[in-house]
This record gives sequence, structure tokens and C-alpha cells, in this order.
Amino acid sequence: MAYNYEEYIRKGRLPHIWCPGCGYGIIMKSMIRAIADMGWSKDETVIASGIGCASRLPGYLDFNTLHTTHGRSLAFATGIKLANPALKIVALGGDGDMSAIGGNHFIHACRRNIDMTVIIFNNNIYGMTGGQYSPTTPAGAKATTAPFGMLEPDFDLCKLAIAAGATFVGRSTSYHALPMEKLFKEAFSHKGLSVVEIITGCPTGFGRKNNQKTPASMLLWQKDHAVTQKMAEKMSAEELEGKFVTGILHQDTSKNEYVENYDKVTGFTLEQGGK
Amino acid sequence: MAKSEIKINKERCKGCEICVVLCPAQVLDMQDFKVHVADIEKCTACMQCELRCPDFAIEVTRL
Repeated sequence: MAYNYEEYIRKGRLPHIWCPGCGYGIIMKSMIRAIADMGWSKDETVIASGIGCASRLPGYLDFNTLHTTHGRSLAFATGIKLANPALKIVALGGDGDMSAIGGNHFIHACRRNIDMTVIIFNNNIYGMTGGQYSPTTPAGAKATTAPFGMLEPDFDLCKLAIAAGATFVGRSTSYHALPMEKLFKEAFSHKGLSVVEIITGCPTGFGRKNNQKTPASMLLWQKDHAVTQKMAEKMSAEELEGKFVTGILHQDTSKNEYVENYDKVTGFTLEQGGK
Repeated sequence: MAKSEIKINKERCKGCEICVVLCPAQVLDMQDFKVHVADIEKCTACMQCELRCPDFAIEVTRL
């Protein structure tokens, strides 16, 4: 049966502003299915974002949504969680929003281990401002500001999150719509900070300059370059060159969650709104 | 007898052709820069097009 997305979207705002073939719509659909499956009500779900193409997403969703300043979605989300820990928080942003402008907020949110889900839409480029290179543009790839190829090495956001102390780290791609939905559900169920990186394509800013001329070819590129952890274990370092591992990369349930620690110090339960 | 019904919202479709390329049964093609159902008889209702349409423009219903 066709899935009823209409219940969760602000219909008057569609069609969305994203370019034809942008993977963000696919991620949005997976997010809607995952949130619906978790049984979260519209009133208890908060979706916060910063600035960028990805950060336009909450505008189309019919939950409590927040569009904040560039890179600061995690700062706002932390405030919301502490004010009312009963809320389910999802903070999202693009690769530039989370790893460059909001890089500091990102590593410290990981370190703090506050109960929320961070979704990073990694399209390897600053799409909205015209295709400038971002910290995740692969070395050698072309961008408007790197016409001879990117000179700097790129960030591995999952490794960064693990090193910074996030207790759940996963990766998927916009091609893998159903595994992505499953990964979202696992991230949402995790207590503590969960980071999910979604590799997606920007056909306008990245694909046209990097031999991926159509949106469909970008999706098929993701299919060809994604390996599951089981496959990766059997592959040599040479075979893994240029590929990325998908699925749950790290999970640690031993660390204390921030709101619980905060409750212990203040002596009252924030779960009850401090009453 | 067709196994499914495909509804296309032409106002939302941006003509990115993801569904046309990813359809394993060549059910869809393009017409006036929008997706168009060419041969509904071939459709197996695998939902690949609905799942990966970024624009909420395709609805597939199994009959």
C-alpha cells in the first residue's frame, strides 16, 4: 500500500525548494516512516535545524519545528532537552552546518552525551550558496571554489563523532531508503547522543562537476560504494579504498546520559518539568 | 490485469528521472519533463519508485 506521508507534512508548502533529484526528499521520507513507527506523537517530537538546504527540512514537517542560526541547531536542541526532557529531539543539518560552522557544537554535544539524535546530511558540498567545497568534499573532487580539485583531505564525520564520545554512531545513504529507516529507528531508541550520517547527492553543486551527471547516477554511485560492516570485515584495505562502511559503526550503553547526571546534582527530576 | 495503480502528482514532480532509471520493470518514462506511466501491465508493485521519489509525487497502490 502507498504510505500516507500527508499526515506528517505541511501540504501547503510542497513542492519543496530542493533541486530536482536532491536526495534530501528521500531522507525526509525515511525520517517520517521511522518517527511514525516509533509511535512518537506530533506534540512530543521536536525537530531542530540550522541553516542550509538540509535545514529547510523541518519547515515541511508537521511536528514542533525550529529553524535556528547557522550551525547552532545542537545548542538550541540542548536547551530544549534540558527544559523538558520528556520531548524527543532530532537535530539535523548539512555537512557544512554540522562539521564546519557548527563543528564545535557538534563535538561538544557528542562529549556531553545528551539524549537526542543528530542527523547529518552529507552531500560533500555547500549546496545552497553555490557549490563551494566543504570539510567533507573528498580530496581531488571539483567544486566552485576548487576548480582544480580539492586540495585538503576530508573529514570522516563518523570517526570524529566516535572520537568525541558519541554513544551511537551510524551511517547510511539516500539510496538505501529502507536500511536508513531502520538505522533511524535504532538511533531514536538509543539513550544518549546518537549520530547518523547520511551520504547523499547534490546533483546541482557536486554531481555535475564530478562525473555524476544525473540524480539517478548519484544514487547508483552510493549503491556501488557502500559496504556493510560484514562485507568490510572480509575486505582488504586496498579493496576498501574509496568505499564507505554503512550500518551501526559504534554503540556504547555504559556511559551516563547528561540529563540524568543533571537531575542528580539538582535533586529534582526534570522529567516532571521540575515541579 | 494490472497488479497496481500508480498515481502521479504532476504539480510536485520535478522530472529528476530517478524513478524512471531505478524502476526494474521499465514501467515509467518521461513526457513533457514529468514522469509518465508508460506500461502499467509490467508493474510488479515493488515500490522502488515511491520509496525513492524525493518529491512525494508518486503513490503506488497494490490491487
